[in-house]
Amino acid sequence: MNSTSTRHPGLNLGHAHGEAHEASEELVFGFWVFMMSDLIIFGLLFATYITMLGGTAGGPGPHELFELKSAFIETMLLLISSFTFGMASLALKYRSDRKVLVGWLVVTLLLGLGFIAHELYDFHKMFSEGGVPSRSGFLSAFFALVPLHGLHVTGACIWLVALLGQIAVHGLDTPTKTGLMRLAILWHFLDVVWIGIFSIVYLGGIA
Amino acid sequence: MNHESHWVLGRLDWSALPFWDALQHPTTMNIVNAIIASGAGAMVILGGLIAAAALTWTKRWRWLWSEWLTSPDHKKIGIMFIVIALVMLARAVIEAVFMRLQQAVGLDGGFLTAEHFGQLFTTHGTIMVFFMAMPFLTGIINYVMPLQIGTRDLSFPVMNTISLGLTAAGAALVMVSLVLAPFSTGGWSGYPSFTESAANPGAGVDYWIWAVTLSTLSSTLTGINFAVTIYKKRAPGMTWFRLPLFTWTALCTSILMIFGMPPLTVATALLALDRYLDFHFFTADLGGNMMNYINLFWAFGHPEVYILILPAFGIFSEIFSTFSGKTLYGYTALVIATLAIAVLSFTVWLHHFFTMGQSAHINAIFGIATMLIGVPTGVKIYDWMLTMFRGRIRFSVPMIYAIGFIMLFVLGGLTGVILAVPSVDYQIHNSLFLVAHFHNMLIPGLLFGMLAGTNLWFPKAFGFRLEERWGRRAAYCWIVGFMMAFFPLYALGVLGMPRRSAAFFEPTYLPWTLIAGIGAIVILVAMLFLLLQLWVSVRDRELNRVPGGDPWDGRSLEWSVSSPPPEYNFPVIPEIHGRDAYMRQKESGGGAHPRPDDYTDITMPANTAMGAIIGMTGFLMAFGLTWYEWWLVMAAGGATLVALVARGFTRQRTRTITAAEVHRQHDTWLRELASLRPVTRAEEQSSANRGLPASPVEGAVQ
Repeated sequence: MNSTSTRHPGLNLGHAHGEAHEASEELVFGFWVFMMSDLIIFGLLFATYITMLGGTAGGPGPHELFELKSAFIETMLLLISSFTFGMASLALKYRSDRKVLVGWLVVTLLLGLGFIAHELYDFHKMFSEGGVPSRSGFLSAFFALVPLHGLHVTGACIWLVALLGQIAVHGLDTPTKTGLMRLAILWHFLDVVWIGIFSIVYLGGIA
Repeated sequence: MNHESHWVLGRLDWSALPFWDALQHPTTMNIVNAIIASGAGAMVILGGLIAAAALTWTKRWRWLWSEWLTSPDHKKIGIMFIVIALVMLARAVIEAVFMRLQQAVGLDGGFLTAEHFGQLFTTHGTIMVFFMAMPFLTGIINYVMPLQIGTRDLSFPVMNTISLGLTAAGAALVMVSLVLAPFSTGGWSGYPSFTESAANPGAGVDYWIWAVTLSTLSSTLTGINFAVTIYKKRAPGMTWFRLPLFTWTALCTSILMIFGMPPLTVATALLALDRYLDFHFFTADLGGNMMNYINLFWAFGHPEVYILILPAFGIFSEIFSTFSGKTLYGYTALVIATLAIAVLSFTVWLHHFFTMGQSAHINAIFGIATMLIGVPTGVKIYDWMLTMFRGRIRFSVPMIYAIGFIMLFVLGGLTGVILAVPSVDYQIHNSLFLVAHFHNMLIPGLLFGMLAGTNLWFPKAFGFRLEERWGRRAAYCWIVGFMMAFFPLYALGVLGMPRRSAAFFEPTYLPWTLIAGIGAIVILVAMLFLLLQLWVSVRDRELNRVPGGDPWDGRSLEWSVSSPPPEYNFPVIPEIHGRDAYMRQKESGGGAHPRPDDYTDITMPANTAMGAIIGMTGFLMAFGLTWYEWWLVMAAGGATLVALVARGFTRQRTRTITAAEVHRQHDTWLRELASLRPVTRAEEQSSANRGLPASPVEGAVQ
């Protein structure tokens, strides 16, 4: 790959995709910039969470509420979904057959939904054990950081469904391709953020 | 949460009307305040009705919709941003006059209730920062930056319409709060625990939270849009160190927006969680910590200061250079100084709360970091002075603002250095000294910059120059009014008068508050003169037309096209060979307006209703959240989601202007140019100036 064919950081579509490859330069770069801005939000919520670790106000803390096994399952669901999205990206780049691409995307969507469902189940369990956000500053910080990530995953799933709809209606045209490329960045970004959550919130909380 | 809320109206009831309180408790004080507040509310309703009637009368609704509200043209969006800024400026100046008058007669009371006064300083600050300064600079960058870098539009024109819609929604929310009161009394910074529901359960703080949130989202998107445009859409040959300085400041401001707005989003969102869902981020009990809010707020707030000032620096750089007829002195130093300020702006936020109990060492570090910012700013001041040195200076309106700026801004900077010393700050923090300091930076800095920029670029946008005489009168009134209104506040601050005081009991304050009150009246007169300037300019527009497009003998690319520019900006994208690209072109043998060999079809973004839709649903969501009308929040939220998804399914996103049409339009303009008489700078302000400077350009080469 020579330097002129690299339009943006990450997986490029390549010249074979012509117009979509050209169009992706500004769109994908712009999306990277948006991700940087979003990362600040998560960074600040991480910082807020860490400063509020001591603010349990006599309520339940990490040891009482967190369950490593559950968090690990969620991590695995999300990591595998990132892998399957990677396979979808490769299918988009190299396969003219739409079925493979859609197949990987559907698997990714199911894994994403599985993650959300499992997370909701976790929250439900925490609620039933008295771990509600109105209980303490610590729980407030937890329920701002972790569900915000979940909300992002939900948004990404809605976007994925919308893109599957676009593929069905318009086929793999330029807007669909560039849409998939940006969603891929968001998806992997959410994976990275989750690794932060798993290490700092769950592992750090139980250790 | 409110348990007695109506299923449609939420907690909205008769008590939201600004005169309800006076009907219940008709004391003299209440009646006076109700008349003022109801008058303001009536102005909002009347203004809306007059605008609607005028549009109906002139049958212009369709025109408004298809030519403006749905237009993705960066130039029109820029103008709409500036219109919002000017309307909000008028309101916030009137509020300022009321506050100054209150303090002028405020010994032992005054005529405003503390509650009313609190709303005045909160809306004044919130409007001036989020709905005057931000839309004003966003509007000017929107209009000018793409023209300066030689491109046809921003990278994301549809997102640009959404940014406009969100800002308009926030501004509308603040305006609605005059009719369905009250607004917050927590100041523009909204510190908890005063703004928590325990102390402030009403709708006021919620109005503030959502208005600010809408504005923050708008600015984040705007920052991304501008930065990507400058990175990716520069004309061929427009390398980094050939960018006009205004574009450099636009880039740095955009980067600050990208990284500086999210902390405010977080701060207001967490405050909203506290208020709506009983979280405990900043509450006094259950493990909350209000210092977190203050850190988050100023992690935004300090970069924000430089978001506001950098574009003004850019505008002044263009003005000093253009109206001195010289190339900018120390271009590279100015660029590096701009970048240095942008980086340093993230390292000083703690100086906003020196007195909050951290150790002396930490205060010392942040005090020194704060003083360091004076260094690159000083570099700029010297560069501007040296640009004027031995130049042929024309004292036109932008230059008057610029010279007022350079003198007053240095004074404000010096008082900033005083405040940056933590031990001094302990004495004068939270006093009127601080109020005087930041107004000293923002009025001569930001506001003079924006007004100067308006005078500079108005002929580009509308095809005729602004009238000079009323412009000068307005500029001098601003300068004098500013000095009279704010220099006394320095004295009052040192005398110990706290900021945000509705009344005081110390007679020695009186002469100073009276002078400041008169100063506020002078500023009101300046506003009136601005209006007169606009009125006279529009009336005499035929006298001041500049179809040639270059009334000031400009240096950068925006002056190379007609006034107003065609919607595609450049018939053919120019090739850049150096700094001051257009001046270079004029001085080269090729002529100022070379005829291209051939034209190509131009693809432009098609009109879109996205901005209008998201603006409307954003407003309804914010309004519903403020008054606990949950059905409205859900309906508007659902509509937003549907609109965003549906937009993804559209494919007709562009339209094409044929090469023949571009050719025809360009030919028409070139013929008109040939009929114009070139003028020297001596005739700049006469009606002989049709926008074609004489060549060779007298005195412009250095």
